[in-house]
Amino acid sequence: MTPHSIGRPGRRHVVVVGAGPAGLSAARAAAEAGARVTVLDASHATGGQYWRHAAGPHEQLTDEELRLQHGWDTYCVLDAAVRSHPAVELVTRAQVWAAERHDDGPRLHVLVGEPDDAGRVPLTFSPDAVVLATGAHDRTLPFPGWELPGVTTAGAAQALAKADGVAVGSRVLVAGAGPFLLPVAATLAAVGATVLGVHEASRAGALARGWLDRPWRLAGTSGKLLELAGYAAGHVRHRIPYRVGEAVVAAHGHGRVEAVTISRLDPTWAPIAGTERVVEVDAVCVSHGFTPRLELAVALGTAITTERFVDVDVRQRTSSPHVWAAGETTGIAGVDAALAEGWLAGHDAAGGAPDERRARTAVRRRAATHEVARRMAAAHGIPVQGAGSGPGWLRWLTDDTVVCRCEEVTAGRLRDTAAVTCSTDPVSVKLTSRAGLGICQGRMCSAAVTAILGAPGALESRPVAAPVRLGDLARAAGPSA
Amino acid sequence: MSDVVVIGAGIIGAACARALAVSGARVTLLDRGSPATATSAHGEGNILVSDKGPGPELDLARYAASLWPGLSEELADELGPAFPALEYERKGGLVAATTLTGAEPLLAFARTQRAAGLDARPVGADAALVLEPDLSPDVTAAVHYPEDAQVQPVAAAEALLASARRRGVDVRGGTEVVGAVTSGGRIRGVRTTTGTVEADTVVVAAGPWSGAVGQRLGAPLSVLPRRGMVLVTTRMPHRIRHKVYDGDYFGATQSADAALQTSAVVESTAAGTVLIGSSREQVGFDVRLRVDVLAAIARRALRLFPTLTDASIMRSYLGFRPYVPDHLPVIGADDRLAGLWFATGHEGAGIGLAPATGEIVAALVGGRVPALDAHPFRPGRPGLLGASGEDHREP
Repeated sequence: MTPHSIGRPGRRHVVVVGAGPAGLSAARAAAEAGARVTVLDASHATGGQYWRHAAGPHEQLTDEELRLQHGWDTYCVLDAAVRSHPAVELVTRAQVWAAERHDDGPRLHVLVGEPDDAGRVPLTFSPDAVVLATGAHDRTLPFPGWELPGVTTAGAAQALAKADGVAVGSRVLVAGAGPFLLPVAATLAAVGATVLGVHEASRAGALARGWLDRPWRLAGTSGKLLELAGYAAGHVRHRIPYRVGEAVVAAHGHGRVEAVTISRLDPTWAPIAGTERVVEVDAVCVSHGFTPRLELAVALGTAITTERFVDVDVRQRTSSPHVWAAGETTGIAGVDAALAEGWLAGHDAAGGAPDERRARTAVRRRAATHEVARRMAAAHGIPVQGAGSGPGWLRWLTDDTVVCRCEEVTAGRLRDTAAVTCSTDPVSVKLTSRAGLGICQGRMCSAAVTAILGAPGALESRPVAAPVRLGDLARAAGPSA
Repeated sequence: MSDVVVIGAGIIGAACARALAVSGARVTLLDRGSPATATSAHGEGNILVSDKGPGPELDLARYAASLWPGLSEELADELGPAFPALEYERKGGLVAATTLTGAEPLLAFARTQRAAGLDARPVGADAALVLEPDLSPDVTAAVHYPEDAQVQPVAAAEALLASARRRGVDVRGGTEVVGAVTSGGRIRGVRTTTGTVEADTVVVAAGPWSGAVGQRLGAPLSVLPRRGMVLVTTRMPHRIRHKVYDGDYFGATQSADAALQTSAVVESTAAGTVLIGSSREQVGFDVRLRVDVLAAIARRALRLFPTLTDASIMRSYLGFRPYVPDHLPVIGADDRLAGLWFATGHEGAGIGLAPATGEIVAALVGGRVPALDAHPFRPGRPGLLGASGEDHREP
């Protein structure tokens, strides 16, 4: 495959899906390399999850709001460059709901407008290149009571605070795994919540092995580490306790979370008997990592790694002709990696010369940030093995713990269904138990379902990447733009 | 009765294995993947008599429809309340024409079915709206078929498998057949990726892959994949009471045209979603999405139910149905190789026809006279032997 071989006249048209750090970076690089660029983002504003903010001119962010943002200057520069470039068309509130793979290239089907609106405007693109920068969403492991109001993902709490300046509760506990818990706790404290503690499931040993191993390899990643150091300082200022090897293993309450049970964990994240304690809260924010949004990548036929990320080469090319990917769809490595990857993807998708000096710099930066990603996975990754059957965190679940919240399928129901049908195949068990068949289409629960079944998770295909009204679907397709 | 190998643990293979075990055979059921996850898991669970014109397929459909009520009760009793519900429901079908030119062919088709003894009741537009309040008032003719029914196809297939296991059937997933063991001009077993399985009788029930399996056993058969796509809405108030489909449905079934064909089949499920099918394409085992196909299905559904325009589609799926040129299932012995049998070619009707297919195979293999003349379904009929389906897997 070569990006230069497509025999269409005029300059290349690059469509970038997602206007977070990776997407904005890709759009600017593609435009500067001479392409015509269309940037599509489902939300009202650019910036993605990382630079989430209220819609409107971002120059008017208050000091209060600015304190919640990191690298805001970088964002402002990128955003201005993208908006002011004459070859860039930016479309917000643009949901790519389907991607087709035709013999002559990809075709994207887009609806522009409010998600529930009847009057969304359809757009279709058949570009020379697509850059997928669709990001990732929180992954939360199930536990008894996680469906109670007041239990949110850390990402949702972060978004609410950044976009609306609102804290999810006044006595809040943050739990899960990964460095993302730190900025969430800091943000919650900044918008006025009392953060009772941050409980990191990984134990000191895993954290040390992940983060302290061969520290010279972290050269070049100072931005990320300084950012984390900043959060640590914030924690000291707000007096937020940070505990490792602990998890919220149950939430309690009538109609709303009122308390949580915290337990110490063994290395497989199994609760250690006798260490449980109950803490009163009015909200709890839980995240155990991130799941990349792969719908469009899968639809476009790109190879996916065993860790479930889009497989890309050194220039961010996927295995599919015409398709590049950047940012957290290709690995969870933080904002610096996303910016570097976005630049590489946009530049290469536009047909920019690969041996340019900036390309070499970006490749170097990417390599360094990927060292951070590797360490993050080593330090905070969800265990996949445990003593006996499956990882230890499965022992948080009781038979009546809801696993699929859309269809209210419990862990017991899943185990019973697998037992009576002698099947652990997710395709069969989903259809006989209904786990994963609801409105979120398994985005929340499918990893937990396959872990409970002890099955290797099949790659899920969601051809309808976002819900679409039947009336809009009836008007879809037709010749491309 | 001797040892039998059944190849393919979809609903057809499961029904055959169970019926053979009931009649005393020692059965090994092989599947190269997981049971009940390919064609059986990507359809709609139709048990239809309404879409079949007089002839052998209607006879087979009516025989199958007569077996389902007893079978679903028997399976539920045998497997107990912990087993997923089969959701068998004889809800009836309503076939509606939405154009003036479509009305008369629909009514004429129903007349031929009535002459063959089927309960096919023409209803005026007003009566149709009583049966289906959200139906378009533009409907020009409609026929009500009280015998049409629905079942949850994967639950049904798994129930047949579970029942088969209780009768001693050895169900082996992850076992792909690579060739036949033959001697003295007859089959003696199959070679698989996990070893040889000996048997005097081998039944190929591999759906759209049956032609390719036949080829590996030395008996190619003209079975091709025909792709169908289905849309699923989010949960909505239960407003659609029957299987409602437009009058072009049987026209599409009976055409060999490879070009895209769509017709609307709209129904509510027990879970509260609405299923909207479906399309027919001959594109091999291509799994690539085609939005124009989904759009065509949506347009047809809206002609029947304009109020569905605001329904939210959260999912689409596609499956490959086993298609044969003359649209008749293939059930019977293959004269080219003694001991080799086929049970395939049901296209979009395999879920409904499975129990009848199993009974017929068990009777024929056991040397008994089946409840229905199976001669029209024999593999040796004109146009089937020789050409093979494509030997592809879905990626």
